[in-house]
Amino acid sequence: MIRYFKDIFVSVWSVLVGMVVTFRHLFIPAVTIQYPDVKLKLPERARNRLYVNIDDCIGCDQCSNACPVDCIEIETVKSLPTEDLGMTSTGQKKRLWVTKFDIDIAKCCYCGLCVPPCPTECIKMTDVYEFSEFDRHNLIFNYSALTPARAEQVKTKTAAYEKDQAAKKAAAAAAAASAKVAQSSSTGSPPTSPLPKPPGGDSTSS
Amino acid sequence: MPIWWQLLEVLTSFSERLIDKVEQILRNILDNDIVVYTVMAFVPLLWVVPYALFAVWLERKVSAHMQDRLGPMRVGGWHGWAQTIADILKLIQKEDVVPAAADKKLHFLAPYVVFVGSYAAFAAIPFSSAYIGSNISLGLFYIIAVSSLVVVGILMAGWSSNNKWSLFGAMRSAAQIVSYEIPTALALLVVIMITGTLNLQEINQMQSGWFWNWFIFRKFPFVFIASIIYFVASLAETNRTPFDIPEAESELVAGYHTEYSGMKFALFFLAEYANMFAVSAIASTLFLGGWNSPFGDFLSGPLWGVFWFLSKGMFFVFVQMWLRWTLPRLRVDQLMYVSWKVLTPWSFACILGVGLWMMVAP
Repeated sequence: MIRYFKDIFVSVWSVLVGMVVTFRHLFIPAVTIQYPDVKLKLPERARNRLYVNIDDCIGCDQCSNACPVDCIEIETVKSLPTEDLGMTSTGQKKRLWVTKFDIDIAKCCYCGLCVPPCPTECIKMTDVYEFSEFDRHNLIFNYSALTPARAEQVKTKTAAYEKDQAAKKAAAAAAAASAKVAQSSSTGSPPTSPLPKPPGGDSTSS
Repeated sequence: MPIWWQLLEVLTSFSERLIDKVEQILRNILDNDIVVYTVMAFVPLLWVVPYALFAVWLERKVSAHMQDRLGPMRVGGWHGWAQTIADILKLIQKEDVVPAAADKKLHFLAPYVVFVGSYAAFAAIPFSSAYIGSNISLGLFYIIAVSSLVVVGILMAGWSSNNKWSLFGAMRSAAQIVSYEIPTALALLVVIMITGTLNLQEINQMQSGWFWNWFIFRKFPFVFIASIIYFVASLAETNRTPFDIPEAESELVAGYHTEYSGMKFALFFLAEYANMFAVSAIASTLFLGGWNSPFGDFLSGPLWGVFWFLSKGMFFVFVQMWLRWTLPRLRVDQLMYVSWKVLTPWSFACILGVGLWMMVAP
């Protein structure tokens, strides 16, 4: 019987205590952050979307090799000796046209492994995390400074140059070879030509 | 005297018999009793629907702030005030899904029965000294009787859905409402013993004057305890937490309205909130003086009566929400324990106490 009254008292009392607690919470400022209006400050070294400062890129392909998910695709073309691609801000000479530097950020796992190998420190992770798209293909970011037409132009130019060089080289090689042959035949030095003189001709001449 | 005060007085005197005038005008135009009564039946709906929209929003805000959240903040600008309007527009557009194995007729009928049950109670609720839907002498009895229709609708919904969770919810609801109607009625009986009438308008008039004339402060502490018993039992009757086992989300998906979607679900929702206000209205009428001003003649009158009545009702609605976000759900056996072993004996004790008091000092 005492237990019965005690139970009633305890339950009524605990309801009242609970109501006081919840009523107090009614006036405690909410912890909610209204996201698009208010944003939390990210940690200093937060790793989010990749960014490439293409002006500093020398096209060494090291970031692409470091990437565990192969989200970086780089294509380079050698520059002509006559062309000057300038220097990076770290003082390295740029020798390659970077015709393609695509990062598929949809594949990126934000590990940051691409950042340390970069010799010119041009690839880095930024604090940008709002880049949602309706189409997955829009998440492939093109960082190459060259327009597709320009890249094509560079490619054909270099190819032509290389072809030209190869042709020249071949020609040179051929010339060298023929020269060698010519030399060997014209000078006809005895050690190089052990062939016996044709008996007929020689006899007639002598 | 400020101009708005005069304006208010003009408005008050005009509204004195406003409803009667409206009815008179309608009668002149339409000249058909049935049509006039049908139109007049929609008058409480002018309060119930905006109230339900507001209460759903309020519930979400109260729950959010009690948990240190913000709740809806976007729709409509200021603190998401238009959220429920957007929700109801969404519900209207939604597909009305009826399960293939459901009993189609009962499944269709159930939400209407539930809503009619809770809305019919508004017919006898006195909103003001000038307005009561139907000033019948058995008002309170009528409200208790007609609000039992809700359980029929709930049972209908749960059983016709042909879903075990719905059926569980419906059975629990039936068991709960049947057992909690007893303490509810007994607690109201405590007041009826003092008033000697079931007419809610007369009960209101008995409590006019200052707030110590309210029944909650009379025959202390018997009526006070009865008011608490009534409030607790009414929570169970409206399926509100901590007595929300009929729609216990974590156990029964959504209870009896699991298989409802679109407008029918909205009707269940509307009925629940209408029911909440109906029981709050009865509590405020019987215990807190209804449309009477707490300060005697100050701020009293038919229009102020509406204000006082609605604010007292909304106070109880707020307390219901407050309790919902304070208490966990009761177990089924605890529910039955509270009803049969606590509330019912204590309401009998209150009846006995008031009876003896009235016998000794009438």
